[in-house]
Amino acid sequence: MARRVGEVVESTSTSFVAQCYQLEGAPALGGLVRTDSPDIYGVVGQVTTEPLDSARPVLARGEDADSEEDVIRDNPQLARLLTSRFEVYISGHVEDGVTRQYLPPRPPRVHSFVYLCSPEEVSKFTGRLDLLRLLLNSGAAHADEIVGACIRQAAPAHEQPDEFLMQACKTLAVELSGDVARLNSILRRVSP
Amino acid sequence: MTQSYESNGSEGNGHDNTGINSGHLASVQGLPLGMVVEGSVANGVEVRLDPGFSVEQVKVGTFVTIQGSNNRFFGVVTDASLGSSDPRMKYTPLPVDDPFVIQALQGTVAYGTISVLPQLTMPDVMGDEQGPAAAKSIPSHFSRAFTASQKDVETVFGSEENGNFWIGSPLDMETKLCLNLGELVKRSMGVFGKSGTGKTFLTRLLLAGILQSGEASSLIFDMHSEYGWQGQDADKGVSVKGLKQLFGAKVSTFTLDEEHSRRRGLSTDETVQLGFNHIEPEDIELLRETLNLSEVAASAAFNLREKYGEEDWLKEFLAAGRGGSLLELADELQVNAGALRALYNRMGRITRYGFLVEHSRVDISARIIEHLERGQHVVLEFGRYGDDLAAYILVSNLLTRRIHQKYVEAKESAMGGGGKEPRPLVIVIEEAHKFLSPSVASQTIFGIIARELRKYNVTLMVIDQRPSGIDSEVLSQVGTRFSCLLDNERDIEAVLSGTPGSRQLRSVLARLESKQQCLVFGHALPLPVVVRIREYGPKFYETVQGGGDSEAEKKRKVEELFGD
Ligand SMILES: Nc1ncnc2c1ncn2[C@@H]1O[C@H](COP(=O)(O)OP(=O)(O)O)[C@@H](O)[C@H]1O
Ligand SMILES: [Mg+2]
Repeated sequence: MARRVGEVVESTSTSFVAQCYQLEGAPALGGLVRTDSPDIYGVVGQVTTEPLDSARPVLARGEDADSEEDVIRDNPQLARLLTSRFEVYISGHVEDGVTRQYLPPRPPRVHSFVYLCSPEEVSKFTGRLDLLRLLLNSGAAHADEIVGACIRQAAPAHEQPDEFLMQACKTLAVELSGDVARLNSILRRVSP
Repeated sequence: MTQSYESNGSEGNGHDNTGINSGHLASVQGLPLGMVVEGSVANGVEVRLDPGFSVEQVKVGTFVTIQGSNNRFFGVVTDASLGSSDPRMKYTPLPVDDPFVIQALQGTVAYGTISVLPQLTMPDVMGDEQGPAAAKSIPSHFSRAFTASQKDVETVFGSEENGNFWIGSPLDMETKLCLNLGELVKRSMGVFGKSGTGKTFLTRLLLAGILQSGEASSLIFDMHSEYGWQGQDADKGVSVKGLKQLFGAKVSTFTLDEEHSRRRGLSTDETVQLGFNHIEPEDIELLRETLNLSEVAASAAFNLREKYGEEDWLKEFLAAGRGGSLLELADELQVNAGALRALYNRMGRITRYGFLVEHSRVDISARIIEHLERGQHVVLEFGRYGDDLAAYILVSNLLTRRIHQKYVEAKESAMGGGGKEPRPLVIVIEEAHKFLSPSVASQTIFGIIARELRKYNVTLMVIDQRPSGIDSEVLSQVGTRFSCLLDNERDIEAVLSGTPGSRQLRSVLARLESKQQCLVFGHALPLPVVVRIREYGPKFYETVQGGGDSEAEKKRKVEELFGD
């Protein structure tokens, strides 16, 4: 089952930002997430944990503590002063029951719930790989890292991970056929 | 890797055709290779190989079919190259030791292409009445290319079952490649290649085919005595069967050198003796280069004939020389005395040949024709004279001129309703450039035969290691050419002259194996083909039937005699 991990707090045609329900509760980089009604899929990019109030920066507190856990235990208020958000690059949607790997007509509404996709859902959605093109052209600061992470994350969900990896890399190669240097850098991140 | 490409292939088949199941299709259509990406009628098309198909697997010269939208094309691979979608790839350091990365790049960013020259369009339905036709267009973009299947090759070249002669296999295929011998003997043919490439073996094979099929008689001027009773396989140090051993009574052997035959323990059917009276000034003209005679000296022979007549010019000339009256003779004929003396010296050398006598009444050419008319094949062995080019040229020219003359007469009388057509005849000569060099081709009988095509039912089979020495007009009349490896640029050019697609064939020709492989093209074939020539040896002997002493032939003859 898909697990609910957060809620949309900012939304654009190409990406949205979700706030996590749990501090440090963001899905991994490259993970596949989905909103509900309408179903919009996306891949996790930048994850940020920061103070809720930017005027009150976080201070270091552990100088005298024995372990990092002690710091958290001794300052229970901290969890409420901090928040985690993650950026999601939209990579497809469901329209009339059909999964499309291109941008939806409208971005998800703010406050839409965000779910982390189950392995079955991941395997199904990444059965096609047009999303890689969307990610490569997303304009994200580290698009190549996101692409690499996405492929690595999705592979174990497939029955034959190695074949999926090769398939994905061949798709990348076609997309980046004019830029071998960039292609090479992504392939090296994916190579098992 | 292979597996993934095969599954690709059957997927592809599923799309672009008519619902025949793909298992059946594979045997008829061959393996999928790639897709047409560019091209022109003049230069052929480029096929980008499927990711699973390594460029290493496709050899230049292999056959390919291309399924266009309206036609199926049959062509040959003329080149293979490596391509890249990113010109900067060659400067980009890549992890060559990471098989994963390399595999991902292969077939996508880095791919193989092959150049294919589409030459025929195939009938839409296999086994259609209509045969393949010359291609006048090229397949459109994205057409799928396949390796040619056995069935394709049979459709194009004909099958052994339909009476064609199996000469070998196409490159990288086990398929039997067959020749239509009826078509082959209709025009002159040439066997070319540098020394040791298998010309003699191939010629022997072709002759065996012609003998077996009965499409024509043959007359072989056997310079090195390798066709008659037996030949030598110098490489393996064994002897191989000649035509006489294979076909028995169908083959008659003549010799110029009885002693040589006797020494080899062979009996020949006839010993050839020629008289001075058989030699004509035209023969001397042809020998000019070989004898190192000036033009003036050679043409003095014509003056001598004028003076002494056809029969006696040489005899009288030699007598005059011996009698010391050359100077007066020169004066009388108004030729340069030095030239006449040179002619006298050379004639003296020639007339010392053991097979020449002062006067001979036996017309050897008539004897040869008798054998040919009986449906026999004649091998004329030169014995020790095989190493003497002048003897070889003199005898073959002299006999061929007479035989040709008789064929012309027979043919003309047949056309006038008197008697039957002479049986087609193939005359085999070696060192052909000596007979057909530009300086003599216009005068010699061989030049005439080559040029008049088969008007009089006589064609040539020329064997030569230096085709560039052959007059280009004559060469252009050599309908079917078999070329083993040649490495001299001018020879390659000469062999390919007048052949469509010669630019592409050039690279094929220069890359043949060093023996037993040859490029065959021209009249008797719908398109050029590289053939690995069939092994001429015990296995082949077994397939030879119809020889005078084979069981089937004996039975047939008995039936002929006693039937009805
Ligand atoms: N079809 C063939 N079958 C068997 N051996 C062959 C064949 N063609 C060539 N060879 C080998 O190559 C050698 C040279 O062939 P040969 O016909 O004598 O060459 P060439 O006449 O061109 O000088 C032969 O001695 C034989 O060993
Ligand atoms: Mg030879």
